[in-house]
Amino acid sequence: MSIVIPPNLLAKIHAHGEQAFPDEGAGFLFGKDGDARQVSAIYELTNAREDAARHNRYLISPQDYLKGELEAERLGLDVIGVFHSHPNSPNRASVYDRDWAQPFFSYVITSVYDAKAVESRSWRLSEDRSEFVEESIKEIL
Amino acid sequence: MTTIRIPTPLRAYTGGQSEVPVNGLTVSEAIIDLTVRHPAIKPHILQENGELRPFVNLFKGDENINGLQGLKTPLLEADKLMLIPSIAGG
Repeated sequence: MSIVIPPNLLAKIHAHGEQAFPDEGAGFLFGKDGDARQVSAIYELTNAREDAARHNRYLISPQDYLKGELEAERLGLDVIGVFHSHPNSPNRASVYDRDWAQPFFSYVITSVYDAKAVESRSWRLSEDRSEFVEESIKEIL
Repeated sequence: MTTIRIPTPLRAYTGGQSEVPVNGLTVSEAIIDLTVRHPAIKPHILQENGELRPFVNLFKGDENINGLQGLKTPLLEADKLMLIPSIAGG
Protein backbone atom coordinates (compact mmCIF):
# COMPACT_ATOMS: atom_id res chain seq x y z
CA MET A 1 0.00 0.00 0.00
CA SER A 2 1.42 3.35 -0.99
CA ILE A 3 0.49 6.90 -1.89
CA VAL A 4 2.26 9.14 -4.39
CA ILE A 5 2.68 12.76 -3.30
CA PRO A 6 4.72 14.94 -5.69
CA PRO A 7 7.52 16.89 -3.96
CA ASN A 8 5.90 20.30 -4.53
CA LEU A 9 2.68 19.14 -2.82
CA LEU A 10 4.52 17.51 0.06
CA ALA A 11 6.37 20.82 0.49
CA LYS A 12 2.99 22.64 0.63
CA ILE A 13 1.73 20.21 3.27
CA HIS A 14 4.86 20.84 5.35
CA ALA A 15 4.53 24.63 4.92
CA HIS A 16 0.88 24.46 6.03
CA GLY A 17 1.88 22.61 9.20
CA GLU A 18 4.61 25.14 9.90
CA GLN A 19 2.25 28.11 9.42
CA ALA A 20 -0.34 26.56 11.73
CA PHE A 21 2.23 25.88 14.48
CA PRO A 22 1.75 25.70 17.47
CA ASP A 23 -1.78 24.68 16.46
CA GLU A 24 -2.62 21.70 14.31
CA GLY A 25 -3.20 22.44 10.63
CA ALA A 26 -5.24 20.28 8.29
CA GLY A 27 -6.60 19.96 4.78
CA PHE A 28 -7.72 17.55 2.08
CA LEU A 29 -5.77 15.47 -0.40
CA PHE A 30 -7.32 15.52 -3.88
CA GLY A 31 -6.44 12.92 -6.45
CA LYS A 32 -7.31 9.50 -7.80
CA ASP A 33 -7.32 6.07 -6.26
CA GLY A 34 -6.23 3.01 -8.19
CA ASP A 35 -3.32 0.60 -8.35
CA ALA A 36 -1.25 3.62 -7.40
CA ARG A 37 -3.04 6.18 -5.24
CA GLN A 38 -1.92 9.58 -6.49
CA VAL A 39 -2.31 13.04 -4.93
CA SER A 40 -2.80 15.75 -7.57
CA ALA A 41 -3.74 18.75 -5.44
CA ILE A 42 -4.19 19.76 -1.85
CA TYR A 43 -6.99 21.85 -0.33
CA GLU A 44 -5.85 23.78 2.72
CA LEU A 45 -8.35 24.39 5.50
CA THR A 46 -8.61 26.35 8.70
CA ASN A 47 -8.72 24.34 11.91
CA ALA A 48 -12.35 24.67 13.06
CA ARG A 49 -11.50 23.90 16.69
CA GLU A 50 -12.01 27.14 18.59
CA ASP A 51 -10.94 25.98 22.03
CA ALA A 52 -7.68 25.46 23.84
CA ALA A 53 -7.25 22.04 22.24
CA ARG A 54 -6.20 23.48 18.86
CA HIS A 55 -2.62 22.47 19.61
CA ASN A 56 -3.50 18.76 19.71
CA ARG A 57 -6.84 18.49 17.91
CA TYR A 58 -8.18 19.49 14.51
CA LEU A 59 -11.68 19.62 13.16
CA ILE A 60 -13.00 20.07 9.64
CA SER A 61 -16.61 21.20 9.75
CA PRO A 62 -19.33 19.49 7.70
CA GLN A 63 -19.67 22.69 5.68
CA ASP A 64 -15.95 22.70 4.84
CA TYR A 65 -16.12 18.99 4.08
CA LEU A 66 -18.89 19.52 1.55
CA LYS A 67 -17.10 22.50 -0.03
CA GLY A 68 -13.97 20.37 -0.37
CA GLU A 69 -15.79 17.46 -1.94
CA LEU A 70 -17.57 19.73 -4.44
CA GLU A 71 -14.28 21.46 -5.30
CA ALA A 72 -12.64 18.08 -5.93
CA GLU A 73 -15.51 17.13 -8.23
CA ARG A 74 -15.13 20.44 -10.08
CA LEU A 75 -11.48 19.56 -10.71
CA GLY A 76 -12.39 16.06 -11.88
CA LEU A 77 -10.75 14.57 -8.79
CA ASP A 78 -11.81 12.82 -5.58
CA VAL A 79 -11.12 13.56 -1.95
CA ILE A 80 -8.74 10.69 -1.21
CA GLY A 81 -7.48 11.74 2.18
CA VAL A 82 -6.69 14.25 4.86
CA PHE A 83 -3.42 15.77 5.98
CA HIS A 84 -2.77 17.22 9.40
CA SER A 85 0.15 18.18 11.59
CA HIS A 86 1.29 17.00 15.01
CA PRO A 87 2.98 20.00 16.69
CA ASN A 88 5.92 18.89 18.83
CA SER A 89 4.71 15.28 18.58
CA PRO A 90 5.59 12.20 16.51
CA ASN A 91 3.81 11.58 13.21
CA ARG A 92 2.13 8.41 14.43
CA ALA A 93 -1.66 8.17 14.30
CA SER A 94 -3.18 8.51 17.76
CA VAL A 95 -6.10 6.55 19.23
CA TYR A 96 -8.17 9.72 18.83
CA ASP A 97 -7.16 9.84 15.15
CA ARG A 98 -8.35 6.25 14.74
CA ASP A 99 -11.64 6.75 16.57
CA TRP A 100 -12.57 9.60 14.23
CA ALA A 101 -11.12 8.13 11.04
CA GLN A 102 -12.99 7.44 7.85
CA PRO A 103 -12.36 4.25 5.89
CA PHE A 104 -10.67 4.58 2.48
CA PHE A 105 -8.97 7.89 3.28
CA SER A 106 -5.22 8.28 3.51
CA TYR A 107 -4.25 10.19 6.65
CA VAL A 108 -0.96 12.01 6.12
CA ILE A 109 0.51 13.20 9.43
CA THR A 110 3.42 15.63 9.58
CA SER A 111 5.48 16.07 12.72
CA VAL A 112 6.32 19.74 13.28
CA TYR A 113 8.88 20.59 15.94
CA ASP A 114 9.44 24.23 16.90
CA ALA A 115 7.64 25.43 13.74
CA LYS A 116 9.78 23.25 11.46
CA ALA A 117 8.21 20.33 9.59
CA VAL A 118 10.32 17.23 10.05
CA GLU A 119 8.68 14.28 8.34
CA SER A 120 5.34 12.96 7.04
CA ARG A 121 3.92 9.45 7.28
CA SER A 122 0.62 8.16 5.89
CA TRP A 123 -1.94 5.82 7.44
CA ARG A 124 -5.16 4.07 6.48
CA LEU A 125 -7.87 2.69 8.75
CA SER A 126 -8.25 -1.10 8.68
CA GLU A 127 -11.60 -2.40 7.48
CA ASP A 128 -12.63 -3.49 11.00
CA ARG A 129 -11.67 -0.03 12.35
CA SER A 130 -9.31 -1.65 14.87
CA GLU A 131 -6.04 -0.08 13.73
CA PHE A 132 -4.24 2.27 11.40
CA VAL A 133 -1.96 0.62 8.86
CA GLU A 134 0.97 2.61 7.51
CA GLU A 135 1.34 3.10 3.77
CA SER A 136 4.55 4.30 2.18
CA ILE A 137 4.77 7.81 0.75
CA LYS A 138 6.40 7.94 -2.68
CA GLU A 139 7.31 11.24 -4.28
CA ILE A 140 7.17 9.89 -7.85
CA LEU A 141 5.53 6.91 -9.54
CA MET B 1 -38.06 8.14 -2.93
CA THR B 2 -35.70 10.27 -0.89
CA THR B 3 -32.07 10.28 -1.93
CA ILE B 4 -29.01 10.25 0.33
CA ARG B 5 -25.73 11.75 -0.83
CA ILE B 6 -22.85 9.47 0.14
CA PRO B 7 -19.44 11.00 0.95
CA THR B 8 -16.39 9.78 -0.99
CA PRO B 9 -14.91 7.53 1.73
CA LEU B 10 -18.14 5.55 2.04
CA ARG B 11 -18.86 5.04 -1.65
CA ALA B 12 -16.94 1.77 -1.65
CA TYR B 13 -19.86 0.42 0.40
CA THR B 14 -22.56 1.64 -2.02
CA GLY B 15 -21.09 0.19 -5.18
CA GLY B 16 -19.51 3.53 -6.03
CA GLN B 17 -22.83 5.38 -6.00
CA SER B 18 -22.68 8.99 -4.80
CA GLU B 19 -26.45 9.09 -4.31
CA VAL B 20 -28.63 6.26 -3.06
CA PRO B 21 -32.45 6.26 -3.28
CA VAL B 22 -34.09 5.13 -0.04
CA ASN B 23 -37.54 4.71 1.43
CA GLY B 24 -38.55 6.21 4.74
CA LEU B 25 -40.98 8.62 6.33
CA THR B 26 -38.32 9.80 8.78
CA VAL B 27 -34.56 10.21 8.72
CA SER B 28 -34.24 7.18 10.97
CA GLU B 29 -36.22 5.00 8.57
CA ALA B 30 -34.19 6.27 5.63
CA ILE B 31 -30.91 5.40 7.36
CA ILE B 32 -32.17 1.94 8.25
CA ASP B 33 -33.21 1.41 4.64
CA LEU B 34 -29.74 2.54 3.50
CA THR B 35 -28.09 -0.03 5.78
CA VAL B 36 -30.44 -2.77 4.55
CA ARG B 37 -29.60 -1.97 0.93
CA HIS B 38 -25.88 -1.61 1.66
CA PRO B 39 -25.07 -3.53 4.87
CA ALA B 40 -21.31 -2.93 4.72
CA ILE B 41 -21.83 0.78 5.32
CA LYS B 42 -23.52 0.20 8.67
CA PRO B 43 -20.47 -0.03 11.02
CA HIS B 44 -19.11 3.19 9.55
CA ILE B 45 -22.20 5.29 10.27
CA LEU B 46 -23.94 3.61 13.23
CA GLN B 47 -22.68 2.61 16.65
CA GLU B 48 -23.60 -0.77 18.08
CA ASN B 49 -26.50 0.84 20.00
CA GLY B 50 -27.98 2.12 16.74
CA GLU B 51 -27.07 5.76 17.35
CA LEU B 52 -25.18 7.70 14.70
CA ARG B 53 -21.40 7.67 15.11
CA PRO B 54 -20.23 11.02 16.53
CA PHE B 55 -18.56 12.09 13.29
CA VAL B 56 -21.63 11.44 11.14
CA ASN B 57 -23.73 14.47 10.26
CA LEU B 58 -26.99 14.34 8.36
CA PHE B 59 -28.31 17.36 6.52
CA LYS B 60 -31.80 17.67 5.09
CA GLY B 61 -31.27 20.21 2.35
CA ASP B 62 -28.89 22.68 3.99
CA GLU B 63 -30.09 22.08 7.56
CA ASN B 64 -28.40 19.77 10.03
CA ILE B 65 -31.06 17.39 11.38
CA ASN B 66 -29.77 18.19 14.90
CA GLY B 67 -31.46 21.58 14.45
CA LEU B 68 -34.67 19.89 13.30
CA GLN B 69 -36.09 16.81 15.00
CA GLY B 70 -32.98 14.67 14.84
CA LEU B 71 -33.52 11.14 13.59
CA LYS B 72 -37.28 11.69 13.93
CA THR B 73 -37.22 14.47 11.33
CA PRO B 74 -39.98 13.72 8.79
CA LEU B 75 -39.08 13.28 5.14
CA LEU B 76 -40.97 13.97 1.95
CA GLU B 77 -40.21 12.13 -1.29
CA ALA B 78 -38.55 15.17 -2.80
CA ASP B 79 -36.22 15.69 0.16
CA LYS B 80 -32.50 15.16 -0.27
CA LEU B 81 -30.40 13.97 2.63
CA MET B 82 -26.65 14.46 2.77
CA LEU B 83 -24.43 12.25 4.89
CA ILE B 84 -21.39 14.35 5.73
CA PRO B 85 -18.55 13.34 8.02
CA SER B 86 -16.93 15.68 10.50
CA ILE B 87 -13.26 15.12 9.90
CA ALA B 88 -11.29 15.28 13.13
CA GLY B 89 -8.21 13.94 14.80
CA GLY B 90 -5.45 14.82 17.15
